[in-house]
Amino acid sequence: MSSRGDSGSSHAGTPVSEGQDQKDLFRGASEDGSSPRQGSEKGISRASVPAFVAGEELAELAKDDGRIVVLTADLASANRLNDFGARHPDRFFNFGIAEKNMITAAAGMASTGLMPFVGTFAAFAALLGYEQIRTDCAYPGMAVRILAHHSGMSMGYYGSSHHALEDIAAMRAVADLTVACATDGNQLRAMVRASLDLPGALYLRLGRGRDPEVYSTVPDDFVFGRANKLRDGEDVTIIATGSEVHPALAAAESLTVSGRSVRVLDMHTIKPLDVDAIVKAATETGAIVTVEEHGTIGGLGGAVAEVLADRRLGVPFLRHGVHDEYVEIGPPAALYAHYRLDAPGIIAVIDEFLTKG
Amino acid sequence: MSDPTNTVDFDRLKERALFVRLETLRLTRIAGAGHYSGTFSAAELFVVLYYHQLRLDPSRPDWPDRDRFVLSKGHAAIGLYPILADLGFFDSAQLETYTRFGSAFGDHPDMRKVAGIDFSSGSLGHGLSVGVGMALGARVQHRDFRTYVMVGDGELAEGQVWEAIMAAHHFKLGSLVCIVDRNQLGIDGPTEEIMSAEPIDDRFRAFGWNVQRINGHDLGQIVGAFDALATADSSTPQVVIADTIKGKGVKRMELDVNWHVGNLNDTDYEAVYEELVQGAGL
Repeated sequence: MSSRGDSGSSHAGTPVSEGQDQKDLFRGASEDGSSPRQGSEKGISRASVPAFVAGEELAELAKDDGRIVVLTADLASANRLNDFGARHPDRFFNFGIAEKNMITAAAGMASTGLMPFVGTFAAFAALLGYEQIRTDCAYPGMAVRILAHHSGMSMGYYGSSHHALEDIAAMRAVADLTVACATDGNQLRAMVRASLDLPGALYLRLGRGRDPEVYSTVPDDFVFGRANKLRDGEDVTIIATGSEVHPALAAAESLTVSGRSVRVLDMHTIKPLDVDAIVKAATETGAIVTVEEHGTIGGLGGAVAEVLADRRLGVPFLRHGVHDEYVEIGPPAALYAHYRLDAPGIIAVIDEFLTKG
Repeated sequence: MSDPTNTVDFDRLKERALFVRLETLRLTRIAGAGHYSGTFSAAELFVVLYYHQLRLDPSRPDWPDRDRFVLSKGHAAIGLYPILADLGFFDSAQLETYTRFGSAFGDHPDMRKVAGIDFSSGSLGHGLSVGVGMALGARVQHRDFRTYVMVGDGELAEGQVWEAIMAAHHFKLGSLVCIVDRNQLGIDGPTEEIMSAEPIDDRFRAFGWNVQRINGHDLGQIVGAFDALATADSSTPQVVIADTIKGKGVKRMELDVNWHVGNLNDTDYEAVYEELVQGAGL
């Protein structure tokens, strides 16, 4: 047992302290789940809202949609899918720490007409379950929705085994798989609703469950594959996805104050990619920086680079993310600062990029 | 579902098992190479499933209440396609395209291309998990179909199979039936030498399954095992471990690893065809 001595349960662990970081990692709301808003003292721009709303949203949708079932792998309390389980116990299945079996079984369930939503850490969904997603979900066209939470480095000091900085690259290489990244709880609700009409399999990348709000209400015009222009500008376009949309917006605001005119695209869907929005950004603003909580190889930056190369759009371009390394140990906020993935970091990156010309 | 009071036409089943083997020969010739021996080991199991056991309606391949069959050892699909054609899921003339460019029929089955294939397979270790999902799908939707999954014995080395075995017991999936084609050989040699699986029956039993172990070439034993299955609404998953011989029916192929994938030349083809028709090895 000594090799497992760090925690009783190898994936979820049990927070040993009641520190804020622990709560942030494993809770979508405050410890008792009662308070939807936290951290208002930090200012509106950093208002944290529970983003693990999929369980609650699905519980509502399941009242009218008999296809919906929810699966998880010993993480129902971490990803709040127990919000669904409490209301629909007959349609909720905990598979234990056996992600491969869970994902394939979801495909089997889908083949009988159900629509399984499968939640686990992104590292285990995408990397441990890669072949199951590709061979059992995408290839046969099964309507399985993977809710891959705690993506990127949002698990902080839990370390690289629990980080997913490769999942966008891996997932977007799979044919017949929709790949999208939710930036906050409201967008996640819109994505879950839209997924009910989406054919085939979906990989939905989620953050840490306590993500600052980008959309103040649930967007009613959400469409997979159509990027959202959150702010217009003329000097450069930041194309961001998922957890980096909020800091990218904050960075753009700040840069505007200092005389830079910055467009921001929320490229929530990685596949199918909104090629038109990228081409427009290149031709209208003349420069593009991609920002993602992901490696710079093959992710959003790679996808945008492919478009620019294919279309012979030789504009100044930079991929910002994690550069081919396993990240340092530390709390998420410290990591974001170190890797310049918070707003000040993005400001610095854009400044350097524009100054270099 | 089978009706035990019906008289089973064993001559017919035996004739269909020969049909499966001869079609495997024929289709392998079109492809240029194929999995003869792992299909021959399953021939009797296939015919009892499809001509005796499964609740099917070939005119409605998507019938929600049909029994499901998942061929987890997908490389034996060459023996399954002719049965599906024979039952009327598609025109048997389509099999002439087997493995040729643009065909619906590859070495491993694709459910999006072949009517009657309940799930695509090929990557070993996945099928029993698919079956777990199908059985749960039946429960959630209040349907009474059974799900049958055929796995190979070498496949039991895949860890995911044991995840599924645990889950089937945990979820009390009495409608799930696993069939192990215990044909004794992998690609590199005897299964017990490559990665031993025995005692297979004790292992399933320890995981909470009902276990039957039979001679998988004895049609009477296969029918008897299926007739002895508990009802689908029971709470215990069930496994039929079928001891078989890889290559069964062709002496030169039986328990010879060199025939896992192979191709007969014209002279040998005629000899093997004759041997099968004569039934010397059966």
